[in-house]
Amino acid sequence: MQVPAPVEYERALSVEEAIALLVKHGSESRLIAGGHSLLPMMKLRLARPEVVIDINPLAGALSYVRREGDELAIGAMTRHADLLASALVSEHAPIIAEAERVIADPVVRNRGTVGGSLCQADPAEDLSAVFAALGATVRIRGPRGERSVDIDSFHTGPYTTVVEPDEILTEVRVRIHPGASSAYEKVERRVGDWAIAAAGAMLQVSGAAITSARIGLAAVGAEAFRAPRAEALLSGKEGSPELFAAAGAEAGRECNPHSDQRGPEDYKRHLVSVLTERALSRAYARASGGAAR
Amino acid sequence: MRIEMNVNGRPMAAEAEGRTLLVHFLRDTLGLTGTHWGCDTTNCGVCVVWLDGKPVKSCTVLAAMADGHEVRTVEGLEGESGLDPVQEGFMRMHGLQCGFCTPGMMMTARWLLDQNPDPSETEIREAISGQICRCTGYENIVRAVRWAAEHPQGADESEGVNA
Amino acid sequence: MTTVEEGKAHVGFGRMLRKEDARFLRGKGNYVDDIRLPGMLHGAILRSPHAHARIRSIDTSAAEAHPKVKAVVTGATLETLNLAWIPSLSHDVVAVLATDKVRFQGQEVAFVVAEDRYSARDALELIDVDYEVLPPVVDAKRALDPDAPVIRDDIEGKKDNYIFDWEAGDKAVCDDVFAKADVVVSQEMLYPRVHPAPMETCGAVAWMDPIDQKLTIWSTTQAPHAHRTLYALVAGLPEHKLRVISPDIGGGFGNKVGIYPGYVLAIVGSILTKAPVKWMEDRSENLMSTSFARDYHMRGEIAATREGKILGVRVDVLADHGAFNNTAQPTKYPAGFFHVFTGSYDLAAAHCHVRGVYTNKAPGGVAYACSFRVTEAVYLVERMVDRLAQELGVDPAELRMKNLLRPDQFPHVTPTGWEYDSGEYPRALQLAMDIAGYDELRREQAEKRARGELMGIGISFFTETVGAGPKRHMDILGLGMADGCEVRVHPTGKAVVRLSVQTQGQGHETTFAQIVSEVTGIPAEDVEVVHGDTDNTPFGLGTYGSRSTPVSGAAAAVASRRIVDKARIIAAAMLECAPEDLEWDRGSFHVKGDPGTSKTIQEVALAAHGPMDLPDGVEGHLDATCVYDPPNLTYPFGAYICVVDVDPGTGKVAVRRFIAVDDCGPRINPMIVEGQVHGGLADGVGMALMEAIAFDEDGNNLGASFMDYLIPTSLECPSWETGETVTPSPHHPLGLKGVGESATVGSPPAVVNAVIDALAPFGVKHADMPLTPAQVWRAMHGNPMRTDLAIQ
Repeated sequence: MQVPAPVEYERALSVEEAIALLVKHGSESRLIAGGHSLLPMMKLRLARPEVVIDINPLAGALSYVRREGDELAIGAMTRHADLLASALVSEHAPIIAEAERVIADPVVRNRGTVGGSLCQADPAEDLSAVFAALGATVRIRGPRGERSVDIDSFHTGPYTTVVEPDEILTEVRVRIHPGASSAYEKVERRVGDWAIAAAGAMLQVSGAAITSARIGLAAVGAEAFRAPRAEALLSGKEGSPELFAAAGAEAGRECNPHSDQRGPEDYKRHLVSVLTERALSRAYARASGGAAR
Repeated sequence: MRIEMNVNGRPMAAEAEGRTLLVHFLRDTLGLTGTHWGCDTTNCGVCVVWLDGKPVKSCTVLAAMADGHEVRTVEGLEGESGLDPVQEGFMRMHGLQCGFCTPGMMMTARWLLDQNPDPSETEIREAISGQICRCTGYENIVRAVRWAAEHPQGADESEGVNA
Repeated sequence: MTTVEEGKAHVGFGRMLRKEDARFLRGKGNYVDDIRLPGMLHGAILRSPHAHARIRSIDTSAAEAHPKVKAVVTGATLETLNLAWIPSLSHDVVAVLATDKVRFQGQEVAFVVAEDRYSARDALELIDVDYEVLPPVVDAKRALDPDAPVIRDDIEGKKDNYIFDWEAGDKAVCDDVFAKADVVVSQEMLYPRVHPAPMETCGAVAWMDPIDQKLTIWSTTQAPHAHRTLYALVAGLPEHKLRVISPDIGGGFGNKVGIYPGYVLAIVGSILTKAPVKWMEDRSENLMSTSFARDYHMRGEIAATREGKILGVRVDVLADHGAFNNTAQPTKYPAGFFHVFTGSYDLAAAHCHVRGVYTNKAPGGVAYACSFRVTEAVYLVERMVDRLAQELGVDPAELRMKNLLRPDQFPHVTPTGWEYDSGEYPRALQLAMDIAGYDELRREQAEKRARGELMGIGISFFTETVGAGPKRHMDILGLGMADGCEVRVHPTGKAVVRLSVQTQGQGHETTFAQIVSEVTGIPAEDVEVVHGDTDNTPFGLGTYGSRSTPVSGAAAAVASRRIVDKARIIAAAMLECAPEDLEWDRGSFHVKGDPGTSKTIQEVALAAHGPMDLPDGVEGHLDATCVYDPPNLTYPFGAYICVVDVDPGTGKVAVRRFIAVDDCGPRINPMIVEGQVHGGLADGVGMALMEAIAFDEDGNNLGASFMDYLIPTSLECPSWETGETVTPSPHHPLGLKGVGESATVGSPPAVVNAVIDALAPFGVKHADMPLTPAQVWRAMHGNPMRTDLAIQ
């Protein structure tokens, strides 16, 4: 089996200690939470930090899903399995539960964390699209204090985010909108594979009218994982199969997928159209109370 | 560095590098070769063990991360009264052929049954979907787990082995 | 709690739990990487990042300076030992470590031996290789272009990438049949490169004992005796000082037939360091460098009357053999048994032409449960029959039923020269259709089509050709494909059977005990199976091509019969009667007409070792041996039906049902047979829907990890529905035919036929495997992709 290059191991018992260790070891150190993004990269020697800082002891403090006012707060150390099992998530953000069901596999979900997935910032990461659709905010702490970043400005490119080398992502917050619901659609070559394309939708509905629409796309090179032109088509309109098809088609046009072994570009655009349309339809039905869960 | 962990109910300790993967620590350092490895990319699941009571892929955990924690491997499945019903089920339903994925499959199966004593076929298939078997086509693994669900105390004395 | 040991004695064939499970269930198997010897060192291989490049220089000094490194080996080192190149299994040569050029991505370039496995891998990064990158040959269809780079310039005078041409069948007769036929349908198709990918990768521990100069190799081999002889021939090591041990093997599927450079390097490492050396490849190495399967570009044609009587099949094949011709098939047959492509039908004529070429890809070609290219052959003919059905507008089940060989036509000699031993084909197809509820499925499909839903039903009928083989026709590197067996009954009536074949999960420790038990009446629990160790077993070519039961199983049966024959003489002496006055009741003899006067096989065994005077010419003890040279191959067959649903929006295929009726003759252990069928069906779903190794224009392997080489999980596999018919082989002593690869051979065309059937409303005639969502969607839009190249 492939094995990591030599690395020094440190363990942080608190967020403050994690930050202090990051400061101490500098840019060649990496936090390790679930390790399911970092360790495979280290085994392939595509990542070779000099120090890994184990933050699993922070799970006690940073693993939670709770409602705070009109927001859902999700601790960064929340494991995928716990997010999937959360009744609060299923009730207020079905898109998260639907995505979690198709992220990696059950055993990986026992270990991988929300924060780790977001910080790895793989262009095919489902949670990036999910939180883009939900308009989430992430909380980041570092030696210069704590800051909140809108998900739309969180990613700076493939595999890069605004989280500085001496900072730690601590929480994701999602607004609970009245009359809103959401859905996620993904097609993969096989269970557990990364998405060929995936689409999430969050719709706020008043009566039959869509008052707010957000679409998140994974694996198709969408700017900030969003589909703004498709979203614009939806706002203020009454939901209908034709409207969702039109928005799907627009999303398929505006994303920027590349051909790879998962599929050619034309197929990925088509897939985005179909999956966006399906996610919109389901989110709309849920928000309208038709098929709410 | 010195790494201590409780493995199958027994405290164990040994020196290892910070980069040592848990699967190698178990196999090469502690000599518990029942846990296997089969890929580099966390896809195959033949290395599944329990870490603090949950199945994890031990190729994607540093041994150091398990320092001070509890690990359970296939060697810890058999109890004083004999085989775990999951082991018995795999034997009776022919849930294994080459035996390479079997330890990981059984560890996940045991965990599933602890959470859900009466899983449906779909729930079983979902639970093992991160673990590849190249021999059985999964059918008899599903039957094996169902057998264990139906025999939580193991086999009755009256049941013959070779029907 | 009940355990195996407490179960009642089990005599002969039938469902019996496996003896080997006791250790596997407890994590006490003994696989190669579980072996630890005192002072053992670890090897790792540096591989080429390029598909085609000249090696200008290799600098190993930094690696050698690593404090934990014990040796660094390059092609130059091996040249001094005359081991840089070894013979392939197909009358070519294979580089152990590259000396002049690298010829595929992942080719072995250097070998490091270090104190631990982590350090060995660290040291690989310290080796500096200066490559001059050369243009690669990636597309097999371009390999023979006049301007194609010459891959094998190591062969003197070689100016192209041509390997061989091979034909079977009478071309003139076949062309005549085609010229006169009402209907001729042709179809190009690719059986893409797939990989066996057993869960355990390949590896070895080599230990050259410096005192008695005996070399012991524990390795992942399906053929320990063949390996030992080849090591003797290659390395010039004396065979009696070579011991190959194949311990527990974590799946083989043909991947563990060949001798890989890593095994040789472990041996060299042990000789150089005077310590045991372990080498275990990682998954990427396994997928990049060890034997693949298939990679056949085929153009099939089928001729028929307007009424649907199939007259002939002809095929032209371009075979991509990679950089070295290293397929492991009988010498006479460079395309294996591909000429069984005539399938299960009554044909007037058939012809095939196969051309083999070199490309800058890993060598190999028959691995993966393929029975020597039978998988490709069955895929070809079963796709062609479906294409014909489509063209004629008839139901594919009806077309098959009309053309299947009838029971009275056996033994049947095919137009390409095979003699099928026995078969009741229509019965098997009818049973599969009954289990499936075929007519009801077609009704459901019609309703769904009317609603715009895509449901497909696919049929495959296959005839396998296994049990290679008669040694006058079949050898590998001059070693005839006959296998030995020794049976010894101990004084107390327990027995040991020693085999040349080696299990990789097939359950030989159980089934061979059952074979001995079936013949001798000794309970299977009382028969110990010894295998996988050349010092303790008779010679034979090993386990692949589903040959264990048809060849070694026959050897075990014949040796067991010899035991019974000898026991009869001794029993007669004990009972003071003539041998012919005894009746055999499996396990004991009694005097005819006097059932009370009898001797059990156990009593005879004790007497055979005792003081009693034995009849003239009868030596003591109760032992027998047999070397079994099969008179013919065996021909298992089956009828498979697959039901799929295709998402019209995404192209995603779900296999809803799979019905498999197999006929492998009598079943030694139905539980094990069914398990093997299940595994092969999953293989077929994998190949049809997701498994393939493609290469980009630079020759980079695009399937070099389990992230990229997808193997089906529990969720892509349906709950298999199986059925059986029993048509014994007339020439096997127990009528057995073997089953190991039947399902792998038979299932891919059933899945593909089902998907193409589902896409009928779009006018789709064919799309190559793997039928990924993208490929299905492209097919629906009339633009399916080549699946051997990078997707553009």
